[in-house]
Amino acid sequence: MANVSLRNLVKEYDGGVQAVKGINLDIQDHEFVVLVGPSGCGKTTTLRMIAGLEEITKGEVDIGGNVVNDVPPRDRDIAMVFQNYALYPHMSVYENMAFGLTLRKFARSEIDKRVKNAARILDIEPLLERKPKALSGGQRQRVAMGRAIVRDPKVFLFDEPLSNLDAKLRVQMRTEIKKVHQTVRTTTVYVTHDQVEAMTLADRVVVMNHGIIEQVGPPQELYHNPATRFVAGFIGSPAMNFLHARVENDAVHLTDGTVLPIPESRRARYANAVGKPLLFGIRPEHLTDHRPHLPGRADLIITPEVIEPMGMETMVHFHLGDARDCCARFEPTVHVEPNVPITLTVDMNNMHLLDEATGKVL
Amino acid sequence: MQAATMGRRSGSLRAERRWALWTAYVSLIIACVIFLMPPVYMLITSLKTNAEMANLQGNPWIVLNPTLEHYRAIVENPLFLTFFWNSIKVTVVTVILSMVISVLAAFALARMRFWGSQWLATGVFLTYLVPDTLLFIPLYQIVGGLGLLNNTWGLVLVYPTLTVPFCTWIMIGYFASIPKELDEAALIDGASWPQMLIKIFIPVALPGIIAATIFAFTVSWAAFVYPTAFITTPDQMPLTIGVVSTLVRGDTFAWGQIMAGALLAALPPVIVYAFLMDYYIAGLTAGATKG
Amino acid sequence: MADSMSAAIPAVAQPRSSSLQKLARRRSSIAFLMTLPLICVILGLVVYPAGYAIYLSMLSRRMDEFVGLTQYDILIENDTFWLVVFQSCFFAVTAVIAKAAIGFWLAHMLHHIPTKGQRKWRGMLLVPWVIPPALSTLGWWWMYDPTYSSLNWILAIFAVPAVPWLGEPWWARVSVIIVNVWYGAPFFMIMYLAALKSVPEQLYEAAAIDGASSWQRLRYITLPMMQNIISITVLFSLIVTFANYDIVRVLTNGGPRDLTHLFATYAFQVGILSGNIPRGAAVSLFMLPLLAIFAFFILRGVNQRNKEMM
Repeated sequence: MANVSLRNLVKEYDGGVQAVKGINLDIQDHEFVVLVGPSGCGKTTTLRMIAGLEEITKGEVDIGGNVVNDVPPRDRDIAMVFQNYALYPHMSVYENMAFGLTLRKFARSEIDKRVKNAARILDIEPLLERKPKALSGGQRQRVAMGRAIVRDPKVFLFDEPLSNLDAKLRVQMRTEIKKVHQTVRTTTVYVTHDQVEAMTLADRVVVMNHGIIEQVGPPQELYHNPATRFVAGFIGSPAMNFLHARVENDAVHLTDGTVLPIPESRRARYANAVGKPLLFGIRPEHLTDHRPHLPGRADLIITPEVIEPMGMETMVHFHLGDARDCCARFEPTVHVEPNVPITLTVDMNNMHLLDEATGKVL
Repeated sequence: MQAATMGRRSGSLRAERRWALWTAYVSLIIACVIFLMPPVYMLITSLKTNAEMANLQGNPWIVLNPTLEHYRAIVENPLFLTFFWNSIKVTVVTVILSMVISVLAAFALARMRFWGSQWLATGVFLTYLVPDTLLFIPLYQIVGGLGLLNNTWGLVLVYPTLTVPFCTWIMIGYFASIPKELDEAALIDGASWPQMLIKIFIPVALPGIIAATIFAFTVSWAAFVYPTAFITTPDQMPLTIGVVSTLVRGDTFAWGQIMAGALLAALPPVIVYAFLMDYYIAGLTAGATKG
Repeated sequence: MADSMSAAIPAVAQPRSSSLQKLARRRSSIAFLMTLPLICVILGLVVYPAGYAIYLSMLSRRMDEFVGLTQYDILIENDTFWLVVFQSCFFAVTAVIAKAAIGFWLAHMLHHIPTKGQRKWRGMLLVPWVIPPALSTLGWWWMYDPTYSSLNWILAIFAVPAVPWLGEPWWARVSVIIVNVWYGAPFFMIMYLAALKSVPEQLYEAAAIDGASSWQRLRYITLPMMQNIISITVLFSLIVTFANYDIVRVLTNGGPRDLTHLFATYAFQVGILSGNIPRGAAVSLFMLPLLAIFAFFILRGVNQRNKEMM
């Protein structure tokens, strides 16, 4: 096991397109780091550079204190789980898991011990003699993980491992992966485009966009204190509402004249923002049904347009400011009807203000 | 008006479908009769006695007194056994040679991009389009220059022109259809290029290998231009030219033997086809659908 | 070996770009080595003989003198040669059209019957393609035999007068074409069947809902979807048929009166049997321009297909 460092990592494809534009990241031993971002953000390229499947244009990849830029993948002591599992179709589950060890000339008894152990961790002992074709998606996923575990490598690399599973299985496997990591404690780099997966699995989340790192931090930190507009909009579901606004007289003024007073505790923070063009950001969960006792609240009367009951909550969509579709999260017990005005509470203690020009959160 | 046509259509839908099915079966039966007529007639002829064959009165399509005498005669003919042995020798060596050459090349062309690989792939396809009858005269001179005329090894030398381009072409197709992640997984698992070829690519592309092998086998077995041009004495002849040139002597009453010989000579590819039909057809269509 | 070394010794401040290049270069030299036998086959048995053929065709009959294009001149003035040109083109075009039409029809019929039975029918219909043509042509020869002709016997049942299959020039031409069609139609059938199966069923369903008749479905869906594979197969078959040798060699050997010779059999006759190697080479080289045109269009079709499949 080892830590992994990326130093000024750049990937440039033929024709000068930069997929990764110089990123720096230190991953600690035993840490579970998730690279998340929209497709084309460079996360998979970064992972493949760590694996040695992609040549590094500039910068360094360091695994366990050694620069591995010129080390072929097989000598980097890593294991990788692919999106489509990449199980060898002609080998049984056992042979699939043993293949890497056989090539490394491990003793047969040692191979057997490790494969059996991994099979026990993953609960696939009865499947060892089957061919991949005879397995379900979730079972294939386990085998792919087993292939990584038996190697006992310095680093696990996961490339969108759950994307090919259906929604229910994805949630189940997510828990499974977390459980395995808590058992084997191997340093893990995990790539996904799904922010929920990133939040649930990671010790630290790395949000990437357009080949750069937008923000690195523990899930809660990213959720509560996003650094940029991209992170604020990417993390959290449904996404944060953004409305054009100005700050005057310790209050947020929306374009339609709505005035939302800023709580006392935050006034100093926004003192410099007065007069600038800003974006007011607020998550749906901080736009709720009327809560008269919430500290730092602001109340509004809105007219719901579309109502989506989800069971444990009700999503209410309405117009506010210049936002055509603002989303609020109501308790399911509250009665809401389309086109019937209703009072809504804004939790101003969880508001965000962003500089419109730079996209930075103030 | 509208309703009337609608009604008529839906009423006749089943009849229309049944009619289409009948047309299909009738066409297929007629085609099958015509397609199978020559081999069946060859079989009938090979089972007739010479006397029955010479009788112009009866129905030529039935056998009154079936006999195996022609088969016995042909199997006891040492010349025929020599032809068979020559065919086996040439075909087996050619198949092994072709498969080694094309699997190695296809792996490199499908997975390891290198300078000129695109051109080489196109070149492979173009050489596949060069018919054997275009170059048999210069090859005759070349083989003659090497002193291999009238020698089965001369055939082994030139047969790869018939087999290698197509085998390489379909193997490129099969290898290219293996997901890229599979070799990446193997790379990470610690496989070298040769290990990846032997332990991953060949087993995974086994259907393609079988199809290519069948192709190489049938083509070498059926080759006709090269042996007619290069081989002059019966002791070096493979079956095709052997049956055609030495058993046919214009002697009317040898027909039974000729047919028996031709059928026996055609047996190996037919047996391969009967047992491995799906691979055979996959190989046949792979050239156009994969490449 | 070198790889494991570089793993054991952590790459300190080595000149990185050069060692990366070395890795890439090593990979391409392995790849080159693996393709070397193939390159040898292509260069030694195709490219070199092709060049050598051109050289040969410019020699005198005794091959001791360079005579330029004289052999070609002699051929162009030769009536038999023009008959060969005509017969080759006539043979190839008629046979390929017939093969394509029959193959298409049979593929269509096969596609219509329940999938369960298709395998069995397909298996029987492909038999002509499986038997080495030189051998099956022997069977045809015997069926065409004037005295014992079993074909004429069948025709007699339908009160058709006896046909002089291989005796009359035109009948001999037809006989050769029949054998070639018999041998090649199954190939077309298999190719078209594969293509038919690759057309998604939903397209037909959508067209049926749009009100297309079965003829319109064939015209507006099947044919356009198969266009590419039809042209590839036809062009490929044109090459093979044009350069055919076995059938004519066994059936007529060029007769009667050299009227059924194709390029290949004529080149064989002139070059190998009569021993005029240069002229034989010149005859086969006359095939080259036509073949090159066909090959060009096939390659274009295949490339287009590749692009579509991506």
